[in-house]
Amino acid sequence: MKTIAALRRWQPPRAAQAVVVLVALVPLALLVVDAATDGLGANPVETVLHRTGDWTLRLLLATLTVTPLRRWTGWQWLLRFRRPLGLLAFGYAVLHGLTYVALDRGLVWDEILVDVLKRPYVTVGLAALVLMVPLAATSTRAMMRRLGPNWQRLHRLVYAIGVLAVLHFLWSSKLDRIEPLVYAVTLVVLLLLRLPASARSPRPLVVEGSCEPRC
Amino acid sequence: MPSSEITPRAVWEDRRRFLRVAAAGAALLAARPGEAAVARPGRLAPIVDLQETSHGKELEPTDYGDFTSYNNFVELGVGKEAPARNAHLLRTRPWTLKAEGECEAPGAIGIDDLLTQFPQEERIYRLRCVETWAAVVPWVGVPLNAVLARFKPTSKAKFVEFESISDPDRLPGQRRPVLPWPYVEGLRIDEAMHPLALLATGCYGEVLPGQNGAPLRLVVPWKYGFKSAKSIVRVRFTEQMPRTTWALMQPDEYGFYANVNPQVDHPRWSQGRERPLGAGLFARRRPTLMFNGYATEVADLYRGMDLSRHY
Repeated sequence: MKTIAALRRWQPPRAAQAVVVLVALVPLALLVVDAATDGLGANPVETVLHRTGDWTLRLLLATLTVTPLRRWTGWQWLLRFRRPLGLLAFGYAVLHGLTYVALDRGLVWDEILVDVLKRPYVTVGLAALVLMVPLAATSTRAMMRRLGPNWQRLHRLVYAIGVLAVLHFLWSSKLDRIEPLVYAVTLVVLLLLRLPASARSPRPLVVEGSCEPRC
Repeated sequence: MPSSEITPRAVWEDRRRFLRVAAAGAALLAARPGEAAVARPGRLAPIVDLQETSHGKELEPTDYGDFTSYNNFVELGVGKEAPARNAHLLRTRPWTLKAEGECEAPGAIGIDDLLTQFPQEERIYRLRCVETWAAVVPWVGVPLNAVLARFKPTSKAKFVEFESISDPDRLPGQRRPVLPWPYVEGLRIDEAMHPLALLATGCYGEVLPGQNGAPLRLVVPWKYGFKSAKSIVRVRFTEQMPRTTWALMQPDEYGFYANVNPQVDHPRWSQGRERPLGAGLFARRRPTLMFNGYATEVADLYRGMDLSRHY
């Protein structure tokens, strides 16, 4: 019991947040290096599309992991990683969208419009990206304070974003559905973990022996 | 030395230019006889007695590295890089092409007989994948009609079915039912007998790499790439339209004909423009041509057909 209590009290070094951000930026750095050294393969536009899309989904799921993991471990400090992870997911999503619009479609807007209107995987992908904008815009502390309880209500949009993003991947893959299904199952698990908690009445976030003023 | 003996600058510059051009011309002439128009990458065995043709002389072939590192060949693995990585698992000897069905002379022909008994023609063709990437490939091969004629198809042979390799013990992609194996493609008999249809034994002057369908594959340049079945082991002459793999898998997305057609979109993307392999990150797509640029030669095959219905 003593070790469990000690584990619950454990705090990461202060630099942990910076490390997580830097690690999440490694795929972007690799993309830039590969682009500069002709390392993106025979179809570089497709490579950039796939890599930015993959990392959007991974970071989105990482964002959604914070809360259940925090509840389970009692590590309140995990919350500090949620905003940077969410913003990084948004960053990769923007790059993904820009790659599609500019590099893949070459800014041919009538073609893009047809894609958005006629092809469900593009429609849901765009919807997910658009819904991320208000969340990124209200991610500051000041906005959290200003919006009060509405902030949390607004940020529940992330569940819809997760569903749309996974559908986008599932519907865009032709043959091997295993990878998108792994994302889908992970998302479903992360959403299910929230069900009992939201059914319960709200309770203070403080878990015994783990509170730190900075969380 | 009097200045009059100094060669004027314009004259020696001209002379040097002439020498350069002459040297280049001589090199070009020396390369001509008996050699492929396309530089051999020097990676695999060359095809001997290769005959040049006029097919696609005006086209610029795709880089060999690009064409052999970005492949759809699910037998060797899902994803574009897996086929090249697993190509060594494909055994290409011994290899026999069997022929059966509605024909007077069913039988078989070994790959080495096919390489020596038929003239090996170099033909540079456009290749357009249904996924919208494109390439220009200097194929080497035998006109398909010459090979099929040897088996004497009867009047009941309305279609030809092509069956690809089945070797789940060795080929990683066939251990999972990603597609119903073996891969089956098909052509109408008049399509198969069309002089543009090629049974390829090589590309870029050398034998085919495993990931590109060694040792024997179909090349139907006016159709989307998935029609050009790889690593073929059997042809079957049939009266009924063959049930082809992709048309079975996703009938609303892939039809039996699969002619390249910029006006008929795939349900999930436009077919109007294409991206050449190796064009780089900032290259724009270029317009896709009707029948992939072979309309003059093949449009008659489809006269009176509604191509948006028979996609």
